[in-house]
Amino acid sequence: MPQVMDKEVKQGVQQDEPIVKYENICKSFGDLEVLKGIDLDIMPGEKVALIGPSGSGKTTIIRMLMTLEEPTSGNIIVNGKNLWKMNKNDHLVRANDKHLRQIRGDIGMVFQHFNLFPHMTILENCTTALIHVKKMEKKEAEERSMKMLEKVGLGDKFDAYPSQLSGGQKQRVAMARALVMRPQVMLFDEVTSALDPELVGEVLEVIRDIAKDGEMAMILVTHEMDFAQEIADRVVFLDNGVIAEEGTPEEVLEKSNNERLQSFLHRFRNGNGV
Amino acid sequence: MNWKWDMFFDAFPFVVQGLWITIALTFASYLFALLFGFMWTFLKRIPNKPLNWLVTWVMEFIRSTPPLVQLFFIFYAWPMVPGIGMTLSPFTSAIVGIGIHYSTYISEVYRSGIESVGKGQWEASRALNFTRWQTWRKVILPQALPPTIPMLGNYLIIMFKEVPLASTIGVTGILHMANTYGAHHFRYLEALTIVAILFLVLSYPAAVLVRKLEEKMNRRFDKNEILKEDKGVVM
Ligand SMILES: Nc1ncnc2c1ncn2[C@@H]1O[C@H](COP(=O)(O)OP(=O)(O)OP(=O)(O)O)[C@@H](O)[C@H]1O
Ligand SMILES: [Mg+2]
Repeated sequence: MPQVMDKEVKQGVQQDEPIVKYENICKSFGDLEVLKGIDLDIMPGEKVALIGPSGSGKTTIIRMLMTLEEPTSGNIIVNGKNLWKMNKNDHLVRANDKHLRQIRGDIGMVFQHFNLFPHMTILENCTTALIHVKKMEKKEAEERSMKMLEKVGLGDKFDAYPSQLSGGQKQRVAMARALVMRPQVMLFDEVTSALDPELVGEVLEVIRDIAKDGEMAMILVTHEMDFAQEIADRVVFLDNGVIAEEGTPEEVLEKSNNERLQSFLHRFRNGNGV
Repeated sequence: MNWKWDMFFDAFPFVVQGLWITIALTFASYLFALLFGFMWTFLKRIPNKPLNWLVTWVMEFIRSTPPLVQLFFIFYAWPMVPGIGMTLSPFTSAIVGIGIHYSTYISEVYRSGIESVGKGQWEASRALNFTRWQTWRKVILPQALPPTIPMLGNYLIIMFKEVPLASTIGVTGILHMANTYGAHHFRYLEALTIVAILFLVLSYPAAVLVRKLEEKMNRRFDKNEILKEDKGVVM
């Protein structure tokens, strides 16, 4: 798959089929209408930053792709296959567990609160899904995981338990755990916002590193505007349950006339962001 | 009435004959309660409102009826229930009666263990594409069960002390033996004292062991900030 490093190459990428397609997605929690018709395409290898005020539905958007939340209406297409619906006797019906499992293998996620398995060592955290889901030999799984742990700078911690690590280290393990599965799309939900400020840098560094490898699409929900500007191919501004603005980082973060966006960015730059 | 050592030593071997019945009944009804408790927990997790109400109501009913009444019902009344009734031996009746009663409490222990595992663990398992069964086996149960061990141990001790109820339907445990001995010799003091001593000697060390276990678990889970963080997440 092509590298997504500069604008020229990106043009090429956009001629491919999107790897993820949100089609008129709505989502309500009870009476609360959180998403009101989201259309969003993600190209293979594309890095998309999702920004917006608290409660605008950023987390909900990516949780639906990870199959942690079911859309109220609309379709999510992954690699040409409908995620939440399947064919049964020529009817589209609600996807069952088997169908969801087939498709979500291409998707990985890193959570705000890490969600490491506390009863497993760092290495086991990384190998467990390789062994039990991907049915990989233990030795091969360990080799792949050790390489990834070294890449995130934690090769020496393989034998430790999550409780023995700092927040930044935990988050780097969580990334290694998701990365060894080699998903085509990786979701990041405010992965630095639970960290002490001095630990944010090391985690962003790893994401930057992953982003450079290029072939994996990424959706980053983030409040780190400078970081979004640096690594994203596209920035999507979500407001009141709709996509209010999208475009290159420059277009959205610097040149947009959208008032809501400007007041959002303004609040941020004055340090009142959430 | 004064204490007679010769009665004490005479009664001792007689009463002790019932000891293994008492212990066997304890473990058998405990095992029954562990398995039945699992069933309640499982039934309660099935997402079906009417079924949930029914199960909750049945459990509440079992819990708020005295175990002695349940024991009598199973032993004396159950055989007369048309269709499903059958006669059970005193020992079997006791296993079922005490076992079912305590299964409702043990089910709560399981539930608290399962609920102590944060939502984030389920979500991480799903993100890694584990099957439901793998999620239970690899992620949830290994975290849910260890903290329940002290509580489960406590219920073993409580049930041990509840087992003498079975003497009322003729299970020949130590209390029953002491009563028989007392009736024969018109003297209950020594024989019943032996029963008390046996219970003390067996349940005190067990209680100490459980407390030790509990401290160990607490230490282990205090260190584990991740678990706490998980619980704090509101998403
Ligand atoms: N499981 C749920 N049940 C009920 N309401 C929910 C649920 N999940 C999210 N919501 C509500 O949906 C809205 C959008 O939530 P979401 O977490 O997607 O927002 P967000 O943009 O990620 O916000 P933040 O920046 O605070 O993380 C919020 O009002 C939230 O309270
Ligand atoms: Mg969020």
